[in-house]
Amino acid sequence: MFNVFWQVVSKELKGAFRRQSDILNPVWFFIIVVTLFPLGIGTDPILLARIAPGIIWVAALLAALLSFERLFKDDFIDGSLEQLMLMPHPLAWLVSAKVFAHWLLTGLPILFVSPLLATFLAMDVNTYFALFLTLLIGTPILSLLGAIGVALTVGLRKGGILLSLIMLPLSIPILIFSTMAIDAAAYGQSYLGLLALLGAMLVTSITLAPFAIAASLRVSVS
Amino acid sequence: MWKWLHPYAKPEKSYQLAGKFLPWFIVLTVVTFVVGLVWGLLFAPADYQQGDSFRIIYIHVPAAMMAMAAYSTMAIAAFVALVWQIRLAEMNVAAIAPIGAVFTFIALVTGAAWGKPMWGAWWVWDARLTSELILLFVYLGIIALHNAFSDKVLAGRAASILTLVGVINLPIIHYSVVWWNTLHQGATIMKFDKPSMPPEMLWPLVIMIVGFGAFLGVLTLMRFRNEILARESHRPWVTAMVTEKLAGEK
Repeated sequence: MFNVFWQVVSKELKGAFRRQSDILNPVWFFIIVVTLFPLGIGTDPILLARIAPGIIWVAALLAALLSFERLFKDDFIDGSLEQLMLMPHPLAWLVSAKVFAHWLLTGLPILFVSPLLATFLAMDVNTYFALFLTLLIGTPILSLLGAIGVALTVGLRKGGILLSLIMLPLSIPILIFSTMAIDAAAYGQSYLGLLALLGAMLVTSITLAPFAIAASLRVSVS
Repeated sequence: MWKWLHPYAKPEKSYQLAGKFLPWFIVLTVVTFVVGLVWGLLFAPADYQQGDSFRIIYIHVPAAMMAMAAYSTMAIAAFVALVWQIRLAEMNVAAIAPIGAVFTFIALVTGAAWGKPMWGAWWVWDARLTSELILLFVYLGIIALHNAFSDKVLAGRAASILTLVGVINLPIIHYSVVWWNTLHQGATIMKFDKPSMPPEMLWPLVIMIVGFGAFLGVLTLMRFRNEILARESHRPWVTAMVTEKLAGEK
């Protein structure tokens, strides 16, 4: 059971490392979007620090959206998705492995570049720490929610824009709780409660989303 | 125990049942709309603070409630469709989604029109309005997904899955927006925190809520019947019904 999980993960990682631009492009996109804001609204550090949580989280959402296509699309086109569904293991388990690999390839790089962006946007250390924690808990939820959207749209020719229409409204709570936690940190208040809420959402989506993804894939591949 | 329900898994039976209910719902809608609107708009006393502009409540509140009710109905239908694989429930999901979206839109527009005299702006980021707006986005996503599939059976199933994902998410969205709002907003909207309405204002509202519920029923039944006919158009019973109708007209 765990064996097959790691096999799927390592297959995904190997495939991704052979086409490295696929991993790097969403991260570049993330950095460029965040760079645009100081250019657009001016470089006042107080203003930047005030709106930084919102900017970084919205940019992370958009970057995540860009990377989702890859999650099932290639596998769908070359038929390996059907092979995955024919395997004697529960499909929900296999897709959780795929989503986990996807998070390693897209969520984790965003965590790595986040200190740079915090510097760009004049965040202090305490606030940055809150940002890091919300990204750590929030990006897996994004991956799971996005995977549902991709699984629903993978069979469609123009799935990209539809994916954003489906996924963005559902990710609003993550945006709200994360930015509230970062704001609370910026004012020196405790933000553990908000992190706990995010954690509860993570646990809920880990337990429920794989089944929704599996059911959606069965609709798309039929 | 559930045996009496079995015949209605047949589209033909369901079509006829929906046809039987339809006139009753139409009558209920017309009666409640006439009574509720005349009472509410002409005879109910004006509000001591808001004057006559509060009367938009008789459209706004029922529309908002039925937008939520439509989503719950859709979620139940989606659950039935996915668990028991009943195709008619999928058709029901497809039938309700646009109606729910329009009710949500009505609630938003009347909310904005109410906001202008009350808050001095067409749009304020009030928690209830915001979550209504997000509900509209969710509806539009479901409709867009349903339209994107050319195969209507797959479309129904995909829309059902998304509806169920949405129904888990909507309460979370609602409460997140409420908390977000209480942290980010001042006390501009606390005007609503006044004692409950006097009965002569409340009764027309109750009647209008019943009326909008019946109206939702009318629209759902009509679209449901259309959906059945559209999907079953090649079946003999539809052909037989149509030829019978045409013969009757001649």
